Amino acid sequence: MKIPYYPGCTLHERARDFDDSAKACASALGVELEELPIWTCCGAVYPLVTDSVMDVLAGVRNLSYASRIGDKVVTLCSFCYNVLKRSNNVMRVDLDKREKANLFLRADTAAREKVESYTLEDYEGQVEVLHYIEMLRDVVGYDKLAEAVSKKLDGLKVAPYYGCMLLRPKKEMNFDDPEQPTIFEEFLEAIGCDVVDFPMKTECCGGFQVVNDEELAVSCSQNVVVSALKRDADVIVTTCPLCRYNLDRHQEKMAERISGFTKVPVVYFTQLLGLALGLGKEHLDFTDNTVDPMPVLAEKSLI
Amino acid sequence: MRLRLTIDMVRDEVLDRVETLSGQQLLACYQCGRCSAGCPVVDEMDIIPSEVIRLLQLGQVGEVLNSKTIWTCASCLQCASRCPKGVEFSNICDALRAIVLRTRLSEPRLDADEVTPVMVSDAPQMGVVGALRKLNG
Repeated sequence: MKIPYYPGCTLHERARDFDDSAKACASALGVELEELPIWTCCGAVYPLVTDSVMDVLAGVRNLSYASRIGDKVVTLCSFCYNVLKRSNNVMRVDLDKREKANLFLRADTAAREKVESYTLEDYEGQVEVLHYIEMLRDVVGYDKLAEAVSKKLDGLKVAPYYGCMLLRPKKEMNFDDPEQPTIFEEFLEAIGCDVVDFPMKTECCGGFQVVNDEELAVSCSQNVVVSALKRDADVIVTTCPLCRYNLDRHQEKMAERISGFTKVPVVYFTQLLGLALGLGKEHLDFTDNTVDPMPVLAEKSLI
Repeated sequence: MRLRLTIDMVRDEVLDRVETLSGQQLLACYQCGRCSAGCPVVDEMDIIPSEVIRLLQLGQVGEVLNSKTIWTCASCLQCASRCPKGVEFSNICDALRAIVLRTRLSEPRLDADEVTPVMVSDAPQMGVVGALRKLNG
């Protein structure tokens, strides 16, 4: 089964470990993620001001590219998912913005026709935006997923970190309960992990503010990491490259701030899935992790 | 001394702009403070979210536009998610930033030249793109 796939810029550069493990896992589960033939950056942050058409255009263009090859598009990065889903919603409910955005798509077609045969249809929000984890639940099915597991991750205590962008705003994302989500926990149970619940699972890691004020991001990330550690987590899993960066990269600073701080590895959920599905080492690259997960995985006899 | 305060005394064009740009009704807020209580970066703010809204309700828009708060918000939407009145403070913050950046009231908070080479080569692209769009315009 083929499903259109939008990687986004970060998965093609800084988070290749995420992209690669996700594609290999999908393939092992009988799903081929078909990368969109053309795509651009989605813009990373969805505009929260009402008058902006320009800022939703990148998302709309990518959705329109996806509509040429299927009725769904799967993505992994939480920021991309948020931008694509909210841009799609605008195209469904805001007729004025829909018309304006389509004027740009028509202009794209007019410009491209000079160099290649290429047309963009008007876009009205017809594509369904799915997060990879929704694809696992709704397309593959958690039952099938559990059957495909060759190595249960028994004894590995995993804290699922949702962050912000998958969940909020609830009325548009409609992903899960914004205060007590469970989709991640159910996934982890399906692949045999011991799930660790922790109160900071939907708190912000500091996000893009790390570029402007690193200390701010260290404080936010520290709250999340310490909360997971207090619940005895062996590893934290995330679905966002920026969350991974903030929670992982700043642990040296956390150790300077807190006496007796124990470091905890932060990995993408697809990397744990890869372990459970018995994927080869070539698809499980942990070299970009500051806190190496190999010791704890070895201790639990998982590698 | 009695102080008489009426809507027409505090409303002005900039406040109208804040409401239009953010899509929020400032007077819907009844100051319960859940936005401030749930904000993960409130410690770094000079005016807490619920106070920002109160100041705007009272027409003190200049003080708010000059605050550190509007540049500290990480747009995590926790405030918007928890408001019992459906007021999205995150969107008010974006509107206030937009007013400053579009009218060049002050220099952008983050200039592209200030993004360190380490950040460019190590941080996820989404972070750099997001920060520049939020804090530079």
